[in-house]
Amino acid sequence: MSVSDVAPGPRIREKVGRDAWIQRGFILIIALYLIISLALPLYAMLSKAFEVNIYQLDQFTIAVSSEDGTFPDLPRNLADINAEIGVLGPDDMTASGDGRLSLTPFFPDFSFRSPVKYRIAGVDDSAVFLVGSERHSGKVPVEVDSNTFRKVVIRPLKAHGFQNFARYFSTPSLFQSIGNSVMIALVSTVITVTLAFWFAYAISRSCMRFKGFFRLVAMLPILVPSLLPGIALVYLFGNQGILKSFLLGHSIYGPIGIVIGSVFFTFPHAMLIIGTALSISDARLYEAAVSLRASRWRTFWTVTIPGARYGLISAAFVVFNLVITDFGLPKVIGGQFNVLAVDIYKQVIGQQNFEMGAVVSVILLLPAVLAFAIDRQVQKRQIAGLTARSVVFEPKPNRRVDLMWFGYCAVVAVFIVGIIGICQMAALIKFWPYDLNLSLNNYNFNRMDGGGWSAYGNSIKLGLLTAIVGTVVVFLGAYMVEKTKGFHRARALFQMLAMLPMAIPGMVLGLAYIFFFNNPDNPLNLIYGTMAILVVSTVTHFYTVSHLTAVTALKQMDVEFESVAASLKQPFTKLFRQVTVPVCMPAILNISIYLFVNAMTTVSAVVFLYSTDTALASVAVLNMDDAGDIAPAAAMGMMIFYTNAGARLLHSLGSKLILKRSEAWRRR
Amino acid sequence: MTAFLRIRELWKSFGSFVALRDISLDVNEGEFLCFLGPSGCGKTTLLRAIAGLDIQTSGSVHQAGRDISSLPPAERDFGIVFQSYALFPNLTIARNIAFGLENTGVEKSEINKRVAELLELMGLPEQANKYPAQLSGGQQQRIALARAIAMSPGLLLLDEPLSALDAKVRVHLRHEMKDLQRKLKVTTIMVTHDQEEALSMADQIVVMNHGSIEQVGTPNEVYTRPVSLFVAGFIGEMNQMSAKVGGKNRVVIGDLEFACNTGGLDQGSDAIVVIRPEDVFPVEPDSGKATPENSLKVHIDAMEFLGSFWRTHLTTTKLGGQNLIADFSVNAVQRLKMQEGNDLMVEMKKSNLIAFDAKSGAIA
Ligand SMILES: Nc1ncnc2c1ncn2[C@@H]1O[C@H](COP(=O)(O)OP(=O)(O)OP(=O)(O)O)[C@@H](O)[C@H]1O
Ligand SMILES: [Mg+2]
Repeated sequence: MSVSDVAPGPRIREKVGRDAWIQRGFILIIALYLIISLALPLYAMLSKAFEVNIYQLDQFTIAVSSEDGTFPDLPRNLADINAEIGVLGPDDMTASGDGRLSLTPFFPDFSFRSPVKYRIAGVDDSAVFLVGSERHSGKVPVEVDSNTFRKVVIRPLKAHGFQNFARYFSTPSLFQSIGNSVMIALVSTVITVTLAFWFAYAISRSCMRFKGFFRLVAMLPILVPSLLPGIALVYLFGNQGILKSFLLGHSIYGPIGIVIGSVFFTFPHAMLIIGTALSISDARLYEAAVSLRASRWRTFWTVTIPGARYGLISAAFVVFNLVITDFGLPKVIGGQFNVLAVDIYKQVIGQQNFEMGAVVSVILLLPAVLAFAIDRQVQKRQIAGLTARSVVFEPKPNRRVDLMWFGYCAVVAVFIVGIIGICQMAALIKFWPYDLNLSLNNYNFNRMDGGGWSAYGNSIKLGLLTAIVGTVVVFLGAYMVEKTKGFHRARALFQMLAMLPMAIPGMVLGLAYIFFFNNPDNPLNLIYGTMAILVVSTVTHFYTVSHLTAVTALKQMDVEFESVAASLKQPFTKLFRQVTVPVCMPAILNISIYLFVNAMTTVSAVVFLYSTDTALASVAVLNMDDAGDIAPAAAMGMMIFYTNAGARLLHSLGSKLILKRSEAWRRR
Repeated sequence: MTAFLRIRELWKSFGSFVALRDISLDVNEGEFLCFLGPSGCGKTTLLRAIAGLDIQTSGSVHQAGRDISSLPPAERDFGIVFQSYALFPNLTIARNIAFGLENTGVEKSEINKRVAELLELMGLPEQANKYPAQLSGGQQQRIALARAIAMSPGLLLLDEPLSALDAKVRVHLRHEMKDLQRKLKVTTIMVTHDQEEALSMADQIVVMNHGSIEQVGTPNEVYTRPVSLFVAGFIGEMNQMSAKVGGKNRVVIGDLEFACNTGGLDQGSDAIVVIRPEDVFPVEPDSGKATPENSLKVHIDAMEFLGSFWRTHLTTTKLGGQNLIADFSVNAVQRLKMQEGNDLMVEMKKSNLIAFDAKSGAIA
């Protein structure tokens, strides 16, 4: 008996119903959104990094007359002349985009008073040269006298190559940043992960008191811009700092400051990840260890650590990534210590060297992408290791040990609350350290540069718009990827694009937006300099985590809901409105608060994109600090803190209300 | 009369994996049909193809004379109940049932009446304003069923609707569902891998294996006249013995020769001969008659009391080392004073022995 493995009949093509058309439309729109807001800008940035402008000397021939104005010799190729007398070395061939090269150095005998004439011609039609501001091209020779010849210049041609990278690596002040960045990130990672591990351990494995309070405090740094600890550290250890002597002569401006600040702002992220890993480890393993009379120490190494190892690895990568891509903190407290993220800023804003900015971006992308890729792998495994039958661990009270953990957590809490407290103090003190009276003068932002109160207003606007637009885009996108059938390629592409933003540092995204949206040939450049581009960049910057949150919530819904709705001849949109959205409401609220808080605190992507009309609070902190108005900077930072704290409070009240109202059906 | 549902040459592949292979099947109007087969044999895949939820690669499906082969689910006429029930958790029972009735031009009061009627039919009139999570598994299953039949679809599809329930509720609901189906006369296809469920509920059983249909028949047919070794082994208990075809309608098992229909099998070819445990009869020793054909002496190795009968493990050296399982009535065990360790004559009637080709598993 032989059976063919190929169906004999013609392939059935499913008739595309109304629902399917709508779904395809949505997938297309959202995929298009990600392509425009992510893929194309990144492409523009990458090609900028490899873009070089080269003087193509061999495109030109020049003939020189004798003093009587006749041309006895044949025209000579400019490249040959250069080879002979060596005006330009190989390194001098590249120029910036608007470079110009005068031709007189190629003629050592040149004198502008001489009666000698010059005929300049291109070897083909693409050769372009300027006489003064007059543009000439093509093979027809242009004859000029010596005086005019001074005004003849050739322009470099755009080409692609590795010259920018070569220049980067031959400039020590630039490539040293790689080592600096990696070093800072590694040291911060080790410290943060260690501190966060013991903190999370105390919360999940001890019976100490005030766990809820400690959990809350650990999350506080998320509510402020990453550069705020920098300001606090300046107050504590800066030139006029109260605790300056603690540093034993070292300066806070530099690696020390960056590391301390990084530990502060990455702590909640590490703590969340490790806390989750610890809370899901299986209590039955501990019981087994106890019944085997294993010592606490052995239990720790054979049960706790292996159980949490994926969490630890994941936390390490996340912290590493956050630190190496952070811009605000090293900008405020880095001093002369160069790191990659700040280099991008300096190249672009300081020197207007966009190509070099793009090169540094590409270099900053590498560790970030690597860390991201490894982290994804690790997370996949952790999910696989989870079983539904695990039993939650219940710690037993032990007075002495619990007290010890309480002490440890209290120290960490003092550090976190202290940093924010110092900023609050800085904001309220009239003129540190000369006039210690309290006042609200520093909140008088309209008197400072940086955008004033309208910057704060803009930030609120950005936060709300990002939360609304972002939540809609992200949730719809996740729904389309998760819950529709067919259209496989588009969905796979979408899924990949949705994961990408996590690996793209904010600075890189911002710079990529300049290249893409500030291009006069791009019809979308009308959003450049508006609130719209800030919203788009912020939504994109924080897309991945939001997307994953939405996907997780959607995955918990029965996969057959859509099938049931279709069998009942109801459009999927009704199902979406009446079932999907209400059931996922907690996740939707989580996404919007996440987007809001991050839009309030982010600096890195928007620092390239804001205009005078759309100055932002977080950028104002940076700029006021830069201008030496440190106290107002701290005050503005605190405004962000109050706002985010308020938003979170509202969010948790809202969530509680929703959970309460849906208690009847959520109970399982 | 043409069949209500007509499936022709239907194939389904996932990439290079062929999940359904040349399925052709007719379902008559009002019939209760079961897809029965081991896990992964393609039952759900076939059901989803019929529903249009995962359209077949090739082949046609006609329902009530209409070619629905390429239609999306919303343009077909069916109700479906999934193993998980897929009840909308945030909608009340009443709104779950009414979900398909809304936006169809039916008046609100009509909808309410219909919902009440369905709840009555399901025996759950009090539950209208509860949420799914507040009901038991069996109740949820009935709500899912009510939702599926609310719009009086022409075809009811059930994918393992009872498998999430515990055994007792399951048996109870079997009868309820069967009664309901008879009352509504709705053509029903149910997927199950529980043969008892299929045997007790179905008018027709479709036995599937590896993406193909092995046999279509009434429960009695597939039980008593399996057309392949797979069906014989899959449904009910079966003694399977390696044999050689001796001559026309003779098989040799171990040292003994038996009369057995050998169909088209060649003499000397390998066969598998099967018999159900309840078809192995004890021979009354004092009946005076000569030893009947197809009988042999066996040793009672072990006996298990299973309530209505005794499952008996019989050993013999004569069948080439192969042993038998027989189910004896309580009555026979008493009458013949059977007990472990005793010897016994048993008979395997020619009409109860079925031979299959050992290589292909096809019936002789
Ligand atoms: N979407 C899919 N992609 C690839 N293979 C699939 C897909 N769906 C089903 N299959 C494969 O097709 C075969 C038949 O699957 P199907 O779900 O129809 O089995 P089943 O008979 O319903 O089994 P069960 O009793 O376990 O539900 C299986 O081998 C399965 O792995
Ligand atoms: Mg199945």
